[in-house]
Amino acid sequence: MPHRDLSILIIDDNRLRATIIEDGLREAGHLTVTVVDSSNDAARRIVEVSPDVVVIDLENPNRDRLEHFFSLSRALKKPIAMFVDRSDAAEIEAAVDAGVSAYVVDGLKKERVKPILDMAISRFNAFARLTRELEEARSALEDRKIIDQAKAILIKNRGLAEADAYALLRRTAMNQNRKIVEIAQSLITASGLLEP
Amino acid sequence: MLPDYRITAGFVPLTDSMLLIVAQEKGFAGGEGVDLKLVKESSWANIRDRVAIGHFDVAHMLAPMPIAASLGLTPLAVPVIAAMALGLGGNAVTVSTNLWARMKAAGAPDDLAAGPVGRALKQVVEGTEQKLRFAVVHPHSGHNYELRYWLAASGIDPDRKVEIVVLPPPLMPDALAGGSIDGYCVGEPWNSLAVVAGAGRIATVKAAIWPRSPEKVLGVAESWAFRNTEALSALLRALYLAAHWCGQPDNHAEAASLLSSPAYLDRPVDVIGAALSGRLLVGGGQRQDVPEFFVPHDHRANLPSVTEALWFYSQMVRWGDVAHTADNARLAQESFRPDLYRSAVGGLAPDLGQASDRVMDTTAFFDGIGFEPTDLDHYIASQRPYA
Repeated sequence: MPHRDLSILIIDDNRLRATIIEDGLREAGHLTVTVVDSSNDAARRIVEVSPDVVVIDLENPNRDRLEHFFSLSRALKKPIAMFVDRSDAAEIEAAVDAGVSAYVVDGLKKERVKPILDMAISRFNAFARLTRELEEARSALEDRKIIDQAKAILIKNRGLAEADAYALLRRTAMNQNRKIVEIAQSLITASGLLEP
Repeated sequence: MLPDYRITAGFVPLTDSMLLIVAQEKGFAGGEGVDLKLVKESSWANIRDRVAIGHFDVAHMLAPMPIAASLGLTPLAVPVIAAMALGLGGNAVTVSTNLWARMKAAGAPDDLAAGPVGRALKQVVEGTEQKLRFAVVHPHSGHNYELRYWLAASGIDPDRKVEIVVLPPPLMPDALAGGSIDGYCVGEPWNSLAVVAGAGRIATVKAAIWPRSPEKVLGVAESWAFRNTEALSALLRALYLAAHWCGQPDNHAEAASLLSSPAYLDRPVDVIGAALSGRLLVGGGQRQDVPEFFVPHDHRANLPSVTEALWFYSQMVRWGDVAHTADNARLAQESFRPDLYRSAVGGLAPDLGQASDRVMDTTAFFDGIGFEPTDLDHYIASQRPYA
C-alpha cells in the first residue's frame, strides 16, 4: 500500500532557494510542500500545515524560536522530535555543511526522511554553487569594465593602440606582482585626481 | 617555538563574547600558541549543532546549555562540558515604554531594584485582562531562568499569569516597539539598543536579581576536550589572560571599540562601552550606575562553578524541563569542570589553587532565599510548583 504523501514545510528567508527546493521535492513526487519565511507568522502556519518534516536554513536567526515552538508538542498533532537519527552522523554533517537542518515527526521511518533531506542538501549545495558562480561572473564583468576604462585612458592620453595599452597594464602588474585590475583601478584613480 | 594549536570557536555577537574576541585581537591566544579562529553564529541551535558535529572545537554558550546537552534534553545532544565561565551578570529586563508607564504608576522605582520593580509588575499583571508577553533568547538560558525566578518571587506565576516566548535578540527591540511583546530578558547590547531607539525601558538587571551570577560559559564537546587536553589548557590560559585584561576599567574603551567592529557585534561603540562600564542608559534620559553589571574576571568569575550548575539544574526541574533524580543531578554537576580550568591556569593564578569554588554568596538572591547545594532536594521541593 502506498504511503500517505508526507507534508513538508520549508522555512527559508531566501525565496529563490526555497523555490528551488520546492521544485525538487515536487519533481520527486511530493505534492504537499509548503514554503514560509520566518518573518510572517511561521508558528501559525506550522499549526495549519501540520508538517511531518520541517526543512530550515541554518542562517535563520529564528531557529531557536521555532525549535522552542516544536518542543511545545501540544501545538502539533505529534511532536517534531529531532533532526534525523543520531546514528546518521554523516548525513547530519552533510546537512550542516550545506547550511540546512531538518526536524522530523517522531516515529517517521528513516527511509522516508532520507530522500527528502538528501534532496534539500543537494539543492542547498547547488544553490550555493550557483551563487558563488554568479558572484564570480559579476566580479569578472566588473574587472573587465575597469580594465577597459584604464585602457581607454592610456589610448587617449598616451596615444597607444588598444593591444599596447593592455600589454602595458599587464607588464606593470607583473612587475609589481599585483593584479591587472588593481593597476587599472590605480590608474583610473590617479587619472581622476589629475583631471582639471 | 610555541606549539600551534588550531582551535575554531563559535560565538553569538553579544557583549559577553568579549573574552574570545579579546583573546584573539589582543594576541593572548597567539601568546599561548593558539591559532584561534572565531566564527559568528546566528542562533544557539547552530552553536549546539556545530559543536556536536565538530565544526566548532569550543563555543560561547549559555551556561545551562552544557547541562541540557548532558541531560539529553535537546536534539543532537552530545555530552558537553563547561570548561570556563566567560563572566558574571550582563543581562537586563527591558519593558516597553507603555508597560513601564503602568509599572511606574504602580510604584516602580527608577533604581532597577528587583524587589520593588517586581511588586509593581505584579500589580499591573493583576489589573490586566490580557496576558503580558515576555521574550527570552532560549529555553535553556540564564535569561529564562532568572526572568522566571524574578517573576515567581514577585508573586507572578510565569506559566499562567504571563506568556514567555523565545525570540532572537536582534529582533527583540523591534518586537517591543511593534507591540508584539511587552518585555524581554536579554544580554547587552540588546537592552540599551531598545532604550536608545526609544522603544523600551530597562526595568531591572540580572545583577539585581542575583548579584555576581553566572551567564555564559566556554562549552566544549567532552570528547574533544578528552582528545585535546593540551590545546584546551592553552586556550584556557589565553582566555584567563584575556579576562584579566577585560577586567581592567582602563581597557573598557579599547574593548568596546574592538567589539563594535563589523566582524563582531557591529553595533555602536558607545552603547557597548556603557554596558562594559555599567553606566546604563535606562530610559527617559536617565543613567543608572550598576557597578557589577557585567563582571568579566573579578571574584574568580571564570571558574565554572558546580554550585551554579546545580542551581541551573534546580530551575530546570522547577519549570518541568527534567525530572529530579540523583543521576540527573550528578550529570548536571559533572558538566561543569572547575578541575580542568584550575589545572590549566593554576600557574598564572596561585589563588585558584586552593579554591574549590567561586567567591559567591548563594544567599544574595533578591528575595533573600539562599541556595545550598548540599540541600538540593529540599530546595527543589520548596520551590514547586512556584514559590
